[in-house]
Amino acid sequence: MAFIRFAERPTFRNPWAEFERIRQGLDELSRTYVDKGKGQQSANVYPALNIYEESDRLIVTAELPGIKVGNLDLSLEGDTLTIQGKRESRQNEAGISYHRREIESGSFSRGITLPVKVDADQVRARLNNGILTITLMKASAAAPRQINVTAE
Amino acid sequence: MTEQELKLQEKKAASSGGETTKNEAYFAPHVDIFETEKNVTVIADMPGVTPEGIDLSLEDNVLTIQGYRSLESQTGRVLLEEYESGHYLRRFTVAETINQDKIEASLVDGVLKVYLPKAGPAQPKKIEVKIG
Repeated sequence: MAFIRFAERPTFRNPWAEFERIRQGLDELSRTYVDKGKGQQSANVYPALNIYEESDRLIVTAELPGIKVGNLDLSLEGDTLTIQGKRESRQNEAGISYHRREIESGSFSRGITLPVKVDADQVRARLNNGILTITLMKASAAAPRQINVTAE
Repeated sequence: MTEQELKLQEKKAASSGGETTKNEAYFAPHVDIFETEKNVTVIADMPGVTPEGIDLSLEDNVLTIQGYRSLESQTGRVLLEEYESGHYLRRFTVAETINQDKIEASLVDGVLKVYLPKAGPAQPKKIEVKIG
């Protein structure tokens, strides 16, 4: 007489188990990609931007080396912030020979949709040592309001 | 020359040959290096560095460019982070003989320019061979 012990019984075969396994594998794959750059998102348009949100403002920063204030153009239209500009080309004197040319020149334009409504009258931009910092105050409707709780 | 569009260049981590004790990133700045009859010019993109943060040295024909910047972390919630901030470090071996006393550097809009004047051409020394 053959005994089948409880633990040895074949478990119920889940027809979706294989799909579940594939899904977990894909999740893991995407996780490792995210971890790689500390939650960094890759940009493919110049310039790369960092955006931070504080309770009453948005701060947008970009690294723009070699770009003069006069060659930088910022505009805000509705929720879209546009950063345009150009980096002047290097002087091409006669009689110089290049060892390395890694710095590029040219124009750029990037538009981003802001996640919250901002007050167009209260936008400040600063270009300091090649770092652009744009501070946008949130529109009063989007800024958090303190609600007083009264005891009865 | 037709105007071309600026492309995003990846920031490369600097190879310093050793790890720093502080957990701060070092990037290799993009450079242009060109030579004229009189000098060698190095142009390096180092956004965020102030003149006080520049550290230049030329030792044994190795030019070291270092740029330190204040890395205070931004407050608030991160909505988008496409680049990382860090210090800058890059080294070059300079083949030409440089007049060390006349090295000049300037920093404008986050771009460092270093002029390395070449030392005067070494006088060719004639060796006379005596026949005797």
